[in-house]
Formats: sequence, structure tokens, C-alpha cells
Amino acid sequence: MGTPDDRIVLDPTDERTPIRRTPVARPPRLRGVVGLLDIRKPRGDVFLDRLEQRIRLRTDVEVRRYVKPTFTRPAPIDLRREIATTCDFVIEALAD
Amino acid sequence: MPALPALELLVFWKHNCATCELALPLVERLHRALTERGLRVRGVSQSASDETAGFVARHGLTFAQLDDSECAASADYEIEVVPSFVLAAPDGTVRMAFEGWVRRDFDALVALAAGELGVGAPAIIRDADGLPEFRPGCGSRTFDPDIARRLEIRRAKTALAARRIEVGDLDDAIELFFAKGLTDGLPIVPPTEGRVMRMLAATPRAPQDVVAVVPPNLVPVTVEKVAINAVMAGCKPEYFPVVLASVEAACDERFNLHGVVATTYFPAPLIIVNGPIRHQIRMNAGHNALGQGNRANATIGRALPLVIRNVGGGRPGEIDKCTLGHPGKYTYCFAENEEANPWEPLHVERGFALQDSTVTLFAGEAPRGVMDQASRTAQSLCESLGRAIESVMHPKLHGLVDAVLVLSPEHARKCAADGWGKAEVRRAIQQATARPLRELLPDERCAEGMPPQLLGLTGDVPEAMLGMPLPKFRTDDQLTIVVAGSNAGMFSAIIGGWVAGEIGSQMVTRKVV
Repeated sequence: MGTPDDRIVLDPTDERTPIRRTPVARPPRLRGVVGLLDIRKPRGDVFLDRLEQRIRLRTDVEVRRYVKPTFTRPAPIDLRREIATTCDFVIEALAD
Repeated sequence: MPALPALELLVFWKHNCATCELALPLVERLHRALTERGLRVRGVSQSASDETAGFVARHGLTFAQLDDSECAASADYEIEVVPSFVLAAPDGTVRMAFEGWVRRDFDALVALAAGELGVGAPAIIRDADGLPEFRPGCGSRTFDPDIARRLEIRRAKTALAARRIEVGDLDDAIELFFAKGLTDGLPIVPPTEGRVMRMLAATPRAPQDVVAVVPPNLVPVTVEKVAINAVMAGCKPEYFPVVLASVEAACDERFNLHGVVATTYFPAPLIIVNGPIRHQIRMNAGHNALGQGNRANATIGRALPLVIRNVGGGRPGEIDKCTLGHPGKYTYCFAENEEANPWEPLHVERGFALQDSTVTLFAGEAPRGVMDQASRTAQSLCESLGRAIESVMHPKLHGLVDAVLVLSPEHARKCAADGWGKAEVRRAIQQATARPLRELLPDERCAEGMPPQLLGLTGDVPEAMLGMPLPKFRTDDQLTIVVAGSNAGMFSAIIGGWVAGEIGSQMVTRKVV
């Protein structure tokens, strides 16, 4: 084994403790406002259009559409806040 | 004897000092005279324990001795000469101090101590002692080179803020880092305090300066944390300024490191180094420039991903969702062979002075080779290069991606010999890759292709547009040209990018300071 100096090493991480978040309990049925987020991957809109058609068959659900400026970056904070404060559900179209 | 001493006398000494031989027996007499009156006398020995014991026995010293063989206390008291006398109140307030042997000062110290303790001054010195009025002391061991270096390390250690991890006597630091998920899959160099401090000494920046905010977790990273990861990567201290610049460049908003890390596509941060620093730290720009074998190339390229992983939180399978990845995600760094470049080097083209040292960051997939040993003209060579470049991302996807063309010196010379500059090379490659839109649209033979909406079109593409030629790159400057490699070999390399332009990742250059 090495010298005493070798027995102490330095932490290379950010040393932060992650905040534990518990997911909201899944409601038993779809109701309220459903947000559909298009992340701008090709044909994500096709998928979401079809979903919207299906969801609108249920008259008690309101659908709102959202679009990220680009799939290459995180959604802007204002968009995230709007979705969080407006919607009861959000469905994100992930890929092409 | 009072429960608490009313005064404390510290005497700093070492065994091989004639003035200490003279003074310490007098200190013993003072101890015997006043210890029961509230004076606590303590020797602070700068000598090793066996030397201290010999000296104490030889002179019949009975007061307590503190081991200061590493001179930590001597440094704290800024002792320059032994013996040094420090008379202090219990709260640490210094009542009197002097160094060497000065009889008048010693008498004054005895009188002061006795006065404060409310007793008459004892007679410590006898005529028969025949003591001189004055004798200079010896140099404190704090100035011994080995001790001074260790003291410097001790001082610097207090500037390190990172959490200390103690490696158990039976543990192996390398295995510990694997177990904690802190490596890229290869063994690391354990970041001991000494190694990290030597790394930090290579920059004038303060350890707690924030270098950048590292995606994806958007964590402010200090110079110290970069140094820890640079040690782990195997960097020598002289590489550190290049590592710091690469972290700054990678965290520039334009580089979009979050997207580069999170995408399912291939990119890794490629570091291209330009300027005099290449030679100063002996980087490789010649034989095997994109390969293994050079410590600076290998470890600078490894340090940045370790920072992204350990500080930014970009771990594979978590935020790093790369489907396949490539070997450059371990390390991806080379120097431009400016000496073999017939044109201006990359950093000059990007607005820096020739004598500046820079890092240029590019989100790149793995290099692919192009062979052309037959072309005798720049035009023919660029036709070859263009055909190979067209396959980047997908042959039918034009205008989406950027790329770096690493020309070998022979290929670069071939172009320059025809009087071509980089602009002509780019233009010829753009022409070689230009295809009519109809060949690039998704069709029954190959469903992949240019989505019409990318061209601003909805519905069917008008007939008039189908013949429109589209080159591989939206603009010529999305093809970056550098020169690297050895002088012989008519092979070049293409490093495909990711999503080009503002919506994807843009090349970023930073000066190394």
C-alpha cells in the first residue's frame, strides 16, 4: 500500500445530493387538460395528431398542443412552467 | 499548582544548535522556579524524536516537549530562528517574544512573567554560568528545503475544498473509483491532494474560481474540480491550461453540450489544439495523430469527458442516451499539423493570432478514412473526398450536418500545388456532393431522405424544384478543414458532426491562457 498521503483522495464530483422527487400518483382515468408536446423530431407531429384525434373522442378532456423550438436542446423554462401549471397530463412525442 | 496556567512559555529549538544548548538549561531553571506559580513551560522541538530525547536527557530537561519535527507549529508562529521564546497569555495573546540568546531579553521575560504571576523575579542566571550577553541563534528548520516544500503543500491543502475520501488500508483507490462509478471504464490515477495541488500550480487561477457551468446538470465547476478530473485522466500539470480551455469551450452555449451528451446520435466533444502550446506540451500532430501513443493527446482528451461525467452528470445510460457511441468518447483530441499545412491554421482562420494557443471543440463522430492515391489534380482529389463526405449521417441527408475534414499533408499539398486554398477545396467538395432534390427525397427504394418540410415545403414538392441541386452542407463553412498526420500517405479522414448550426452544436474556439 502507498504512503499515508495516498490514502486520502479528493472527490471529483459536484458533491450535490440529488433532490428526491416522487412522481404524482397516476389518476385512475384521463380527465382535465392533456398537453401534447412535440419535441420537433420528424413525424412527431404525425404521432401527436393521431393521439389528439383519439383523445378528442372523449368530450370531457381538453387538449393543448405545445412545441419545443428544437429537439436538440432542453425545453425552455417558460414552456415547462406553462405546461406544468396548465396541464393535468402531458404526452411527449419522443422520436421519429 | 493552579488548574489553569496563568502564562505559557513556548521555546522553539532544535538539537544541533549551540545556542539552544546554552539556553534550554536556563529554561529548565525557569520552569522549576515558576511552574508552581502558574507558568507552563513547553519546549517545541524541531528535531526528530530520538534526537529530541537525547538532547532532553543530556540537559536534564523536565518540562514538556512537543514534537514539531514537521515544523507545522513553527510555521504557524513564523519562527525563523531557534531558540525562539514566546511568552503568551492563556488566550494566546503574546506578551513577549525574542529569538537567539539575548540575556537582557531573557531577564526581561523572567521579570515580566514573575510580575504577571504576582511573585518576585527568581534568580535564574548565576555569575558562575559565564553566559554571554548575546549569541545569535540558528536557522529554523522551517527553511530546510524538504520541510519548506511540505509546509507549502500543507498551506495549499487548506485551499482545497473538495470532500476528502479516505481509502482504507486494505483498499485500492483505483478499484474504489470503479466501485463508485467515477471512471470512464479505464483505471484512473488516484487524485491525491499532492497530485491535485501540483495540477493547480500550473494555472494562475484560484482553485475556487468557477470555470464554467457544466451540462447536463448545469453544475458550476471550479478550477479545483477540473484539476481533480485532470489528475484522474493522467494529465501532467503543464496540460492543465489546455484542459481548462476545453472545459470552457465545451460549456459555451453555442456548443450545446446538453444536446451533444443527451442525443441518441454519435457525437463526442473533439478537441483540436492549435498554436505554440502543441510543441510546449509535446502533442502529436504527425504520425498517428488521431490514434494512440501520445500522453498529452490522450489525457487532455480524456479529462473533458471525465468532467462531463463526474461534475455534469453525463453518464452513459442515464442522461447520455447514445445508441452506439464511439471510441472517441473515451478521449478525442489531436493537434493540427500547422507546419505541414499549406494554408492558415484553424485558429487563425477562426480569428486568432498565429502565436495564440487555442482549443477548438467540435461535436464529432468517429473518424472515417478516405483513400485517394491516384488523383493528380486538386479537382480529382476533391471529387474523391466529396463522394466520401456525402455518406456522413446518410448520403441522402443534405444540409443537416457539418463535418471536419482532416487532410493529410500529402493531400493538402496536392490541393495547394494547384493553387487552391481552403475556399476552393470546400467549393469543389460542395459541387461534388450536389444532387438534384429528387434524388434526395424519401422514396420507395430508400425511405430515408430529405424531409420536404426541412425545405419549407408542405405537401408535394413542386416539379420545378425537383431538379434543384443541393450540396452536402448548407453553407461552405459547415465543412471545417484542418491538416494532421504524417508526411507520407494519401489518406485523409472525415469526422462527421451532429445537427449543424444554431439548432444543433456549433464549433467553439477558446484561447488557452
